[in-house]
Amino acid sequence: MRHLTRQVFNSGKFVVGFSIFVGILLIVIIYPILFPYPPLEIIGQGNFFPPGLYVNVYDSIFTSHYILNLDDATANRIASKLDSEDRLAIQKWLTASGFPESEIDIENTAQLLDQWTNNFDPTKRFPGMTNADRNYFIRLNNSLKGLLSTEGAIIAVENPETASLEEAGVVAQNDYIVVNEVPNVRLLPLGTDNFGRDVLTELVAATKVSLIIGFVAGSIATLIGLILGLLSGYIGGQVDDVIMFFTNLLTVIPSFVLLILISFSIGQEQRGAFTIAVVIGLTSWVWTTRAVRSQVISLRNRDHVNLSKLSGHSISYIIIADILPYIASYVVMALILQISSAILAEAGLSILGLGPRTTEVATLGLMLNWALIYQAPILGYWWAFYPVIIVIALIAFSLNLMNTGLDQVFNPALRE
Amino acid sequence: MADERKLCLSGTGITKVFGIGRNKTTAVNHVDFNFYEGEIISIVGESGSGKTTLAKMLLGLINPTEGEIYFQGVKRDISSHRKKKEYWKNIQAIFQDPFSSYNIFRKIDSVLLDCIHMRGGRGLPYDQKVELMTEACRFVNLKFDELTNKYPFELSGGQQQRLMIARIFLLKPQILLADEPTSMIDACSRATILDMLMQLRDEIGMTPIFITHDIGLAYYVSDTVYIMEKGEFVEKGSADEVILHPKEPYTRRLISDVPKIYEEWDLSTV
Amino acid sequence: MSDAILEVRELTTKYITRFQEDVYAVDHVSLKVEEGKSLGIAGESGCGKSTLALSLMGYYFPPLHYTSGEIIIDGQNISGMKPDDVRKSILGKEIAYIPQAAMNALNPTQKVIDFIEHVIEAHNPSATKNEIYDLAKRLFEALGLPAEVLQKYPVELSGGMKQRTVIAISVLLSPLVLIADEPSSALDVTSQKMVIKMLRNLMDKGYIKAMIFITHELPLLYNVTDDIMVMYAGQVVEMASAEKAVFDPLHPYSKGLMGSIIVPEEGLRDVKLTAIPGVPPNLKKPPSGCRFAARCKYVQAECTATSIPLRDIGNGRAYRCIFSEAELREKYDREARNNG
Repeated sequence: MRHLTRQVFNSGKFVVGFSIFVGILLIVIIYPILFPYPPLEIIGQGNFFPPGLYVNVYDSIFTSHYILNLDDATANRIASKLDSEDRLAIQKWLTASGFPESEIDIENTAQLLDQWTNNFDPTKRFPGMTNADRNYFIRLNNSLKGLLSTEGAIIAVENPETASLEEAGVVAQNDYIVVNEVPNVRLLPLGTDNFGRDVLTELVAATKVSLIIGFVAGSIATLIGLILGLLSGYIGGQVDDVIMFFTNLLTVIPSFVLLILISFSIGQEQRGAFTIAVVIGLTSWVWTTRAVRSQVISLRNRDHVNLSKLSGHSISYIIIADILPYIASYVVMALILQISSAILAEAGLSILGLGPRTTEVATLGLMLNWALIYQAPILGYWWAFYPVIIVIALIAFSLNLMNTGLDQVFNPALRE
Repeated sequence: MADERKLCLSGTGITKVFGIGRNKTTAVNHVDFNFYEGEIISIVGESGSGKTTLAKMLLGLINPTEGEIYFQGVKRDISSHRKKKEYWKNIQAIFQDPFSSYNIFRKIDSVLLDCIHMRGGRGLPYDQKVELMTEACRFVNLKFDELTNKYPFELSGGQQQRLMIARIFLLKPQILLADEPTSMIDACSRATILDMLMQLRDEIGMTPIFITHDIGLAYYVSDTVYIMEKGEFVEKGSADEVILHPKEPYTRRLISDVPKIYEEWDLSTV
Repeated sequence: MSDAILEVRELTTKYITRFQEDVYAVDHVSLKVEEGKSLGIAGESGCGKSTLALSLMGYYFPPLHYTSGEIIIDGQNISGMKPDDVRKSILGKEIAYIPQAAMNALNPTQKVIDFIEHVIEAHNPSATKNEIYDLAKRLFEALGLPAEVLQKYPVELSGGMKQRTVIAISVLLSPLVLIADEPSSALDVTSQKMVIKMLRNLMDKGYIKAMIFITHELPLLYNVTDDIMVMYAGQVVEMASAEKAVFDPLHPYSKGLMGSIIVPEEGLRDVKLTAIPGVPPNLKKPPSGCRFAARCKYVQAECTATSIPLRDIGNGRAYRCIFSEAELREKYDREARNNG
């Protein structure tokens, strides 16, 4: 047994798959302990806030300010305000006014701004320039002037008695605060989703639920498959005929179609994560049954089974002691595949909106479902669906890698 | 041959058909035989002749499609597990490939303990069981104290086959079916295995039945030889009679095709 | 006529296990096969006879590695060649190899003639289909195989027929040496005899110049080859003509091996079979001195002290034992007298 374990961990594929899987498991276990946020709490008003560090504006005004004179501060500020559309407009005006095109670099903010302020003349007109165009250029010029202003912003507070604004302080352009001193800061590494929920926290919780669904469904499918396969293969005869009839029947009906029909007929109210797991398990045992059966059929005529019979052992003893150990490795591999396919099945089902009920738990499939409904892929809110896809891919990849690794250890024909 | 020898195992019209419909193949076709106690029997046939199927039917591992098997003149009844267990106290087997004959997950002690339990020794104190196992191992030139906690696959082919004989030593059956007992082991160990089987036969008075494709082996060990072709016995008789003076064309061909060393091996006959 | 077609000098090859241990499966083996002669290699499983076959062809793929020694085929030393070059220029043309399960080498989706076309086209792209068919038909008929076999798929042929077809294909490129490793072990006796007859035919009709036949079945070897070489634990322990090797073996191991032969011939029931106790040594840690010492009944203290050289006693006979020929014969005679 120890030898076997050593062999399994000598397989590079298995070790890589196992490490990824354990990594995912550890994150799922440790993250909620470190950050005990409720996973489905709505924190954002509005949808799809981009990933980043969120700093409370009110608090940052009233924490102590530090004056830092940084050279590139102005340029950075303008660069972040000047979007690519404005830059192209500047380029267009400059070239139209006869400025050599080769000298214009729209990426170089400082140079571009310099060229603009030195050359812009609101009275100039070119052929094909509409009034709207002219007004746009004047507006652009004014806003750039605002950006270039060096005056600070005044913060006014309303006096409750006189209802007049009174100056409470001035925020200069070179005022800085230390984020650590701000009482309210929240890091949202993956932003928020369509309901304003922290995607990362939700993702970790969803991964946990999906893994549980995978384990439950995989275990159910493997257990049913194993029992039916053993009975069908070892006892044979009419038992085999009956079991194989149902197995063949289920083989020809695509199990995903069956899954959809069953989930639909259960109804929205009864569909919990556990119910879905059971349904997936109940529809995916077919392949395990067939595989176990064929293994058992080849085993039952082996001499060691005959010897065990001649030693007077009962059928149940022979199945447990002489058949099961020989197919154990095979069953473990089948279980791993079943888990991975159950996770994918849940995802597929949930994308169609037939997954578990939505108010209590998130699953990986549900997250994709929400992202799709709120058009995240079209609007470019990548953080709402990319991380989910990556997690699903990683789980399936790690499980399949473990399976191939095990296959190489258990199946001598595949060894190098 | 109505003589005073005691019938040990006999059968009438034994037939085994595999498959149904167009895939139907008759492995054993209406075979009759009388095996007497004390004689050494060989059933010789090429691969596909049905000899292994017949052996499995004799062992009660598969049921004949037709025909009855009589054990010591009484119709065999193996309809329940209890009755089968009773039958298997009387008939045991040694299989061809020692490497696949043992459950690789069970240790040598447990293989031998099974035999003691089968002989009703379940209640014996452990010391006594060890003594029995040591005796059995000594008989086949193995050292039991070196084998405890070992697995059968850690032994060489010859040693595994000897362990199989130790098993028979403990079980003391009336009949031993040896299905190609030496074909997978080296020539040098062959003599050891055959000697041990003969010695065991004298010790516990069992009737050995050799199932083999090796005509030389059949000639060397047996009193009575049955030649099997396509599920039927084509010739039977004493070893000298059948092998040195074969009557049937099939037997003659079979024997002429075996390489010889003292006589000329005539290659022109094929 | 004493040109050696195949000569091997002190060939040593080893397997490197997964745990980086060296196993010398062929240990300083020398042999010589002359034109028109066949050599039989006998020994128990694990004695290195199949490894020797692979080594002779220069077929070194991990875990098998070449260590030292020379292999000379028809004057050409192939011992230093790369396995890929060997495959391209030696296999098929100089040496043909038939393993035990050769019959499974036929592609089940191709007719036999298609397979032959591929073989010939690979070496002679200008050959036309008709030429190839004629060539194959002549060869098959000369070897006693019906020409209809060419138009059949492998599944339509019996095991013996498939094996003979593969043997016929293997001599298509007229190799000098044929190495047959247990070519008939998986077959029933009648097919076995046909395969043997065919191999003898190949020699007699000059399709091959020399043959090496490997098997553990001594009666078969006796009937096929001129000389017999007995291997034990990677070493040659005896070399003699077939007649002498079977009826007058010198090495105690060969003696035991020959004493375990059983054939269905008159009077042989009463011969007592010899049994050699014990198991062959583990080649990961071979014993010093004589490798057979632990199982030999004539063992003496000197046997394990120094390594025993192969004694050449002339007439193509050699054996590896510390005792002289006379001493061994005396021991065997005394034993025979004791057994009555």
